[in-house]
Amino acid sequence: MTTTTLTTSAARTAPRLRTPRRHSVARPRRSPLLTALTAIVLLYSLVPLAWLLINATKTQEDLFSSFGLWFGEDFSLWENITTTLTYDDGVFVRWFLNTVLYVVAGAGGATFLAVLGGYALAKFDFPGKRAVFAIVIGAVAVPGTALAVPTFLMFSEMGLTNTPWAVIIPSLISPFGLYLMWTFAAEAVPGELLEAARIDGAGEFRTFFQVSLPLLAPGIVTVLLFTMVATWNNYFLPLIMLRDSSWYPLTVGLNAWNAQAATAGGEAIFNLVITGSLLTILPLVAAFLLLQRYWQSGLAAGSVKE
Amino acid sequence: MLVFALVFLAPILYSLYLSVFRSQLVGGTTFVGLDNYAQALQDPQFWEGLGRVSLFLVVQVPIMLGIALLVALALDSGRLYGKSFFRISIFMPYAVPAVVAALMWGFMYGTRFGLVGNINDALGVSLPNPLSPDLVLAAIGNIVTWEFVGYNMLIFYSALRVVPHSLYEAAEIDGAGQWRVITAIKLPAIRGALVIATIFSIIGSFQLFNEPSILQSLAPNAITTSFTPNLYAYSLSFSGQQYNYSATVAIIMGLITMVIAYVVQLRGMRKEP
Repeated sequence: MTTTTLTTSAARTAPRLRTPRRHSVARPRRSPLLTALTAIVLLYSLVPLAWLLINATKTQEDLFSSFGLWFGEDFSLWENITTTLTYDDGVFVRWFLNTVLYVVAGAGGATFLAVLGGYALAKFDFPGKRAVFAIVIGAVAVPGTALAVPTFLMFSEMGLTNTPWAVIIPSLISPFGLYLMWTFAAEAVPGELLEAARIDGAGEFRTFFQVSLPLLAPGIVTVLLFTMVATWNNYFLPLIMLRDSSWYPLTVGLNAWNAQAATAGGEAIFNLVITGSLLTILPLVAAFLLLQRYWQSGLAAGSVKE
Repeated sequence: MLVFALVFLAPILYSLYLSVFRSQLVGGTTFVGLDNYAQALQDPQFWEGLGRVSLFLVVQVPIMLGIALLVALALDSGRLYGKSFFRISIFMPYAVPAVVAALMWGFMYGTRFGLVGNINDALGVSLPNPLSPDLVLAAIGNIVTWEFVGYNMLIFYSALRVVPHSLYEAAEIDGAGQWRVITAIKLPAIRGALVIATIFSIIGSFQLFNEPSILQSLAPNAITTSFTPNLYAYSLSFSGQQYNYSATVAIIMGLITMVIAYVVQLRGMRKEP
């Protein structure tokens, strides 16, 4: 699958890159002024991350005494990481594994369903299709958080709250992913190709796996990344569904650590909150950087053309 | 479809069901018809929260989308040095969970070991505390802007990328300048993306929860339990056990959001040439 992704995405971007552009509108002179102006937004985006990185190297005392955007007296990044991982019997590692579980099951499942559903909606005609369209558009508009409270009450009657299922099941539905996959499949898989495959005697499964799936790869990576971020960053849902801290994902756990300082008798562990935050975002930042060429081509192809 | 029904349709029906009952300590659960709705519409806490998110919506969303659009146009113009570095870096905050973003900015806002405190000490001034009741909404607006500028920028940029280059060449032959190309070709071409981004931002504003809820521990006086309608619905269920009333608030907010999203969509589509 990796190789197919590579070739499809290369084929998609290559002609654009190689097209010679003579006109000044298509290939204008570079502008230092515009670069400088955009750099302001860049600084705005990166300074908080730099702050996080710098402050993850500080001891709790240095946090209070040293300047926020420069290093403190002691460089204790490694110490902070070790303490974060071992604090409270390594509960951070447990939260990390929970998050991975929720992402693999939730985002993986959501992508799977979005691919099947989007493909079916884009390439098959069936009665009630317009109704499904209306519902999906409605579902994009209805915010997940509005459903969270009733979902909690429903799940609690079914005895599912405080189990991983309560986080995984609602994550399985991604109206945005379905929508993205739908528009992507409508463009990326030509109807004629499916016709040809059927005439050649391929069944629907074979057509799907051997003909359509490779073409859908950039879209799948894009949907997967967005559902991954949504699940990894999810806070509200696990917050209300889970009471037992051993099932927390990282987000809820970190906030619990932060809130600990405010409670009576609680130990303030701001350095661990900051280091833990850094460790929480690293996997996603890495995923974005490593996979950027795939998901960006998927996003461009999936967006609405004129 | 089964999962869809379980996590989407069933909760809606269930919350509609809940919203027409009321449970009392004496007398148990009784059917009250639309009484909960009448109560919500007269509830000053609900209206204050709604007013707050509406103010947030009209100030924060245009700023955020404006910056995102400018950056997307700058990237697309091909006039930047180091374009892909800009693109991926500005997008990066999107990978940061709302919890981490709120904690991080919360610390930076803080007067104890935050940047605001540092600046005060260094320059001998006293900047207003961003976490004070007057400023906390702007402080949250800044966090949300920071989180989503890159995401919206990328949506706009992807839409700009599929505009055929032949259009630009034709425009140049007709003698159109950069500005004219932007207003006459680029903006109309990405209208779909603009509408989608606006709708998502509206939904996000009305559902504001994570950031205020996390900042609450840092600014307990500035952020009340009914700061936003969503926070109110949450507090009603989980601190107040008023599930029925909470469901009502959630339904009203869902309806308002849907109506506004729908109106924006209609307006956006109607202008289509």
